[in-house]
This record gives sequence, structure tokens and C-alpha cells, in this order.
Amino acid sequence: MAAAPAVANQSQIEWKGSLPEKGRVGILLLILTESSFFAIFVVAYLFYIGKSLNGPYPKDVLSPPIINTICLLSSSITIVFAVRALRVGSIGTFTLWWLVTLALGLEFMIGTGLEWQELIYHDGLTISTNLFGTTFFSLVGLHALHVTIGLILILFVSILTLLGYMDRRYAERTEILSWYWHFVDAVWVVVFTTVYVIGR
Amino acid sequence: MAGSIEQRIPLGAEGAVSLPLLDRIHQWVVTVDHKRLGLMYIAGGLVFFIVAGLQAMTIRLQLAIPNAGIVPPDMFNRLMTMHGTTMVFLVGMPILTGFFNYLVPLMIGARDLAFPRLNAFGFWLWLFGALLLYFSYIGGNGLYGAGSAPDVGWFAYAPLTERAFSRGNSTDYWILSIFLTSVGSTATALNLITTTFTMRCEGMTLRKMPVLVWMSLVVSFMILIVLPPLSAAQVMLLLDRFVGAHFFDTQAGGSAVLWQHFFWIFGHPEVYILVIPAFGFASEIIPVFSRKVIFGYEVMVAATVAIGFISMSVWAHHMFAVGMTPAGNAFFATSTMLVGVPTGIKIFNWIGTMWGGKIRFKVPMLFSVAFLLQFLIAGLTGIMLAVAPFDWQLTDTYFVVAHFHYVLVGAIIFMIFAAVYYWFPKATGKMLNEHLGKWHFWLFFIGFHLTFDTMHFAGLHGMPRRIYTYQPGRGLDTLNLIETFGALVQAAAVLCLFVNVVRSLRSGEEAGNDPWDAWTLEWATTSPPPAYNFVEQPVVRSRRPLWDLKHPDDPDSKYE
Repeated sequence: MAAAPAVANQSQIEWKGSLPEKGRVGILLLILTESSFFAIFVVAYLFYIGKSLNGPYPKDVLSPPIINTICLLSSSITIVFAVRALRVGSIGTFTLWWLVTLALGLEFMIGTGLEWQELIYHDGLTISTNLFGTTFFSLVGLHALHVTIGLILILFVSILTLLGYMDRRYAERTEILSWYWHFVDAVWVVVFTTVYVIGR
Repeated sequence: MAGSIEQRIPLGAEGAVSLPLLDRIHQWVVTVDHKRLGLMYIAGGLVFFIVAGLQAMTIRLQLAIPNAGIVPPDMFNRLMTMHGTTMVFLVGMPILTGFFNYLVPLMIGARDLAFPRLNAFGFWLWLFGALLLYFSYIGGNGLYGAGSAPDVGWFAYAPLTERAFSRGNSTDYWILSIFLTSVGSTATALNLITTTFTMRCEGMTLRKMPVLVWMSLVVSFMILIVLPPLSAAQVMLLLDRFVGAHFFDTQAGGSAVLWQHFFWIFGHPEVYILVIPAFGFASEIIPVFSRKVIFGYEVMVAATVAIGFISMSVWAHHMFAVGMTPAGNAFFATSTMLVGVPTGIKIFNWIGTMWGGKIRFKVPMLFSVAFLLQFLIAGLTGIMLAVAPFDWQLTDTYFVVAHFHYVLVGAIIFMIFAAVYYWFPKATGKMLNEHLGKWHFWLFFIGFHLTFDTMHFAGLHGMPRRIYTYQPGRGLDTLNLIETFGALVQAAAVLCLFVNVVRSLRSGEEAGNDPWDAWTLEWATTSPPPAYNFVEQPVVRSRRPLWDLKHPDDPDSKYE
């Protein structure tokens, strides 16, 4: 608010410095609540394994998307490189790693799209085919939705960067965005284990 | 709007009065001020309280005598569904969110919540979500002519909610409404926790926060963890209804019991989400009107945290009748009894606070004392229902209805009334009339006991819940007539409150900054507080900063 006092004394500055930063607390809480949301879909998936009344069954049609997984998980590393570069103010390095992150994320979405196309048009598995289709498309789709949201945000930052608006003052915000991206990756580890390891 | 700072920052009520009506409405619509949003939440909640109250009155009139024929059976189903959904999501949640919104920043000496625009977003999401539920009265028919409002009960058991059994769109409006209001609540919870962790004024360590702020913290964490299961289940139900998924479709191998688990994982902690704020109000009001510090602050906080944890592992006590394994029954019966321990500790703490105090029986204190009594009884019938065989006998009877209304009305609504009388002077600058308030209290107290005490006996006599009529001569006639009479008395009491509010706003006695001689920071600023709350950022040395200010010779900070 505009009416803040003009002078803040030393003890006040020290006190404020001892409190955590708003954005970090906020994103951690968002991750907490999203985890709870995902957990229910994972529970539903595990609960319905082997309960489909008709095919196709997971072992017939699913193959682990290894390349997709490698891309998504390594994008978590590249985004760390990007934020570190921004913290020391080297915009060029930041731009490079940031765009690599964007590309890796896009690859994941394209890979998921191709997998779904195969499942739907070749194997005849849709969300209404059986319980496997219901739980598979909702869980993987929910994760893909979160990747898409992350990609839109990353794309937004990319555009601002290419237009020349990015500098080290925004390192903290970029860091917070990267935490969301790490969360999306961590969820993929759980989804991958549930769907392609336990469920197959 | 260009102009000086004074023009751009509305200075509470005085600043707003001079503006034309349209500008004033515009200010409320675009506001991001936590106090205005808090008041809008509370006002919205009170409007829906009237609506849900009228629904309850209709239900009670229908049940007053056997075969009354006031409403047809299908309309009765809609009434009880709308009454339950409205009371939980459109009355309890917004009023409690509203109080936290209003009080938490003031109590921790902050200027606003951490994310003011997110706060406004949450409110509007809640409001339009709420309107969506009531839009089903207009748009719920769809093309089928199959009912104009949801009629699936507030916990909407599958597979009744599937397309085949709930045609038309009324159930869809129910789903969307709950989904949206839940997202709004989640946003507010995130905001409250962030505010509490990052914006406390100088000197206010976590152990010096008012108890109400601790309660807000625990409730907000619970909201973040248990509301998403409900939202997730609603998404699954939408997928079932619109794209042919089979989550709860028993014909395709789906499980109706899974819905029950998902719903009650949310549904039981929800009771604590609603009642813990009531504990918070009691923990602020009882000390001030007993003229003593709260007894056992640390234990109080620890008990609340314990309740938060334990309450997340009791949900299936709503499902004893489903036929779980003996191990499952034993686990959920035990955990349910366990949650009674920290709750009992709190009751002793409040009694310990009153013990030897100079008690002033003002209206907020009257409601608080009644809350103690009624919450104790509600807890005891809860322990009875936790015994699985006892629950098999009485599940889905009026005994259960009596039990949860003892919690929701006897504890929560009573404490909401106490909080309204206690903080109304702060929010408006006017006192509520004490005389009319006493009428409100005694009528509501008597009406409450007439209605809900007798319901226990109707339940023990075997009256099932959710029936729209019953046969004469089965021992239920007199009990039901008394219940309906009690409901009318309660309605008269609520009328007293609204008359009181309107009269006070018009010509109430001026409150001043600190009418109750209280100790927490919200009483340090003006009534109503300016948009920026505090001219100077306060510095706190103890749990009762205003006591320290009023008694510099004997400050609390010496003893804590």
C-alpha cells in the first residue's frame, strides 16, 4: 500500500529479513495442495488395476515412453542452469538454457500426443473403453495439463527474454517458476512408476 | 482515477459516505482490501444462511405432523440436498473464511494479506460458484424435465449421480459449484498461511500469535490437503457424466464405495475445518470476558495441531454400514475416539480460563458458554457413534442428524453469532444492542434445544433421516411437533439478529476503538480500521500487546 511509513528503523529491517519470502512459501503451498489432488488420481489408478471388464489391457498396448521421460527429467536440470545464469546476470547463457528447457518440454508433449494417437486410433483405447482407459487418460492427461501450463509460463518468459525485458532482478520469480517445473517432473516420476511399472 | 493519495485510498466508512452510490458499489467490486473482502464473504454467507434456513423451515413444516403434504417427495429431496450443500459450502465456509480474512492481518499487525488480488479472485470464484448452484433452479431442467435442483443429497453417493440415474443438468451444476467454491477456498487458505508466515509484525514470533491465528493456520493447512480430494472426485464424476468414463459406474466395474472414501476423506476433516475457527473465536472471546489470559496457550495450540492430524484419519467412520473389514472398523473407531482427547483438552482449557475469572456475561460470552455445553454433548454423542456396532444400529437415523446439528449449529453457528456480536463494533464502529442480543441468545438457545435434543430421541425410536413423511402412532408425532416448534423459535431469534444489525447500522451506539477492553492488535486501530490498518507498524512483546500498552507497570512480557 502506498501509505507505508517513509522510514523503517534497523530492528524492523532485521525482523523483516528473518521472515521467509512470500513467493517461495506460496509456491510450496501450491505444490502441497496439487500433490494432494494428484494423489487421489494415483489412488484411483492403483485401485482399478486389473479391474477392467474388457480389453485392451495395459500389457497389450503400453510401452514405457523412455525418451519422453529422459527429456522431461533433464529439463529440470537445464532450468536450474538457466536460473543460476540469471542470478549472476549472464542473460545469454540464461536464454540458451531456458530455450532448451522449452524445447525439452515441447518434445514431451509431442511424444505424449503421438502415444495417445496410437492408443486411440490403432489400439482403440479411449477414456470410455474400460476402467484402464478411464484411469489412464485422466491421470496422464492431468499431468499433461500441468506440463502444458508450465510450458505456457516458460514460453511467456521466453518471449519476454527475447524482447529484451529480462534481467537479474527477476531471478527470484524465475526460480519460483522453476520450482513448479520441478514439481511437474517429480509428479511424472510417480505417474511413470504407477502406470508403466506397477500397472503394466 | 487520478488525484492525491487520500482520494485513491478509500479511508474506511467516512471516506466512502460522500461518494455517489454507483462509485461506492464500484469500490466494493474492484476492492482487494482484506477487510472489505472479509465483510463481503460474511454478508454473502449470511444471505445464504437465510436461504438455507428457509429450506430447513420448509423441511420442518413438512415433518411437523404425519402425512403433512406441504411439499411433494421429489421437492423434499431437493430441499434437503440444497439445505446441506448450502450450509456447508455457502454459509459455513464463506463466513469462517470471511472472519479469517478480516481478522488475521489485523491480529498479526499486517497491512493486508500476502496476495491481495488472489484474495479477491477467491471471493469472486466463491460467489459465482454459489450462484451456479442456485442457477440449477432455472437451468437445471436441461432438455429432460428431470428436476430443477440437485436431489442427490449433500454427499451425493454414486452411482445415484451417474447419467442414468440423475438426468438433466442439476447434478452438473452441483458439481461445478462445489468445484469452484473449493478452488476459491484453497486460494484463500494458501493466502492465509503465506500471510501468517511472512507478514507478522515485529516481535510477533509464532509463539506470540493470538490463538485464533494459530487456528487459522491449522485450518488452512487442512483445507490445502483435504479439499483437493473432493475436487478430484468431482472432476472424475464430471468425466463420468460427460465423456463416458467409468470411475463410479458400477456396471463397468467401477466402485461406488470409492466415491464414499474420496468424499469422506474430504467430508470428515471438513467438520473440523468448520469447527476449529469456532474454537478460535472461543479462545479470543472467553479470556476477554473472563478478564484472564487463556489457560494453557501451548497446550491449546498443540491440541489444535493434533486434531488437524488425527481428523485426517477418521473418515471411514461415516462408512461403518458399508461393510468394511473388522480391522478397518477397529482402526476408524479407535482413531475417532482418539480425536476426542485433544478436543477434551480444549474444553478443560476454556473452563480453566473462566475458573476464578471476573466473568462478564455480555452477549458474545453467553453464546460462548452455550457453545461449551453444546459442543461437549456433541462430542459425547460422537464417541457413541464411533462405536461401530452402535453406529450400525443408528446410522442414517435422526440420532445422527441430531449429533451433527449439535456440532454445526450448537457449536459453529453459536460461535459465529458470538463472533458477530464481538467484532461487529470493530468492523462498523457501532455496538450491537445488548438487550436485543439477549433476546436473540435466549430464543436461539431454547429453540435449539427444543429442536435438536428431541431429534436424538426420534432417532433412537428409529426415525430414518431423509424421509419426507412418517406414519402416525409410531411414537414420533409429539417429538416431531416439538422439533418444528423449536425451529420456529430459532427463526424468531435470527430475526432479532437482523433487526439488531439494521438498527445498529442506522443509529447504533458509537463503539470507539476498544469497547470490550480487549488485548489483541485489532483493537489498537480505529473502528472501522483504515484501509492500511495501522498508521505505524506495531511492535509486539507478548501475547497481549494491548495489555502491555494499558499496564506499562506490569506487562505480560515479564512472565512469558
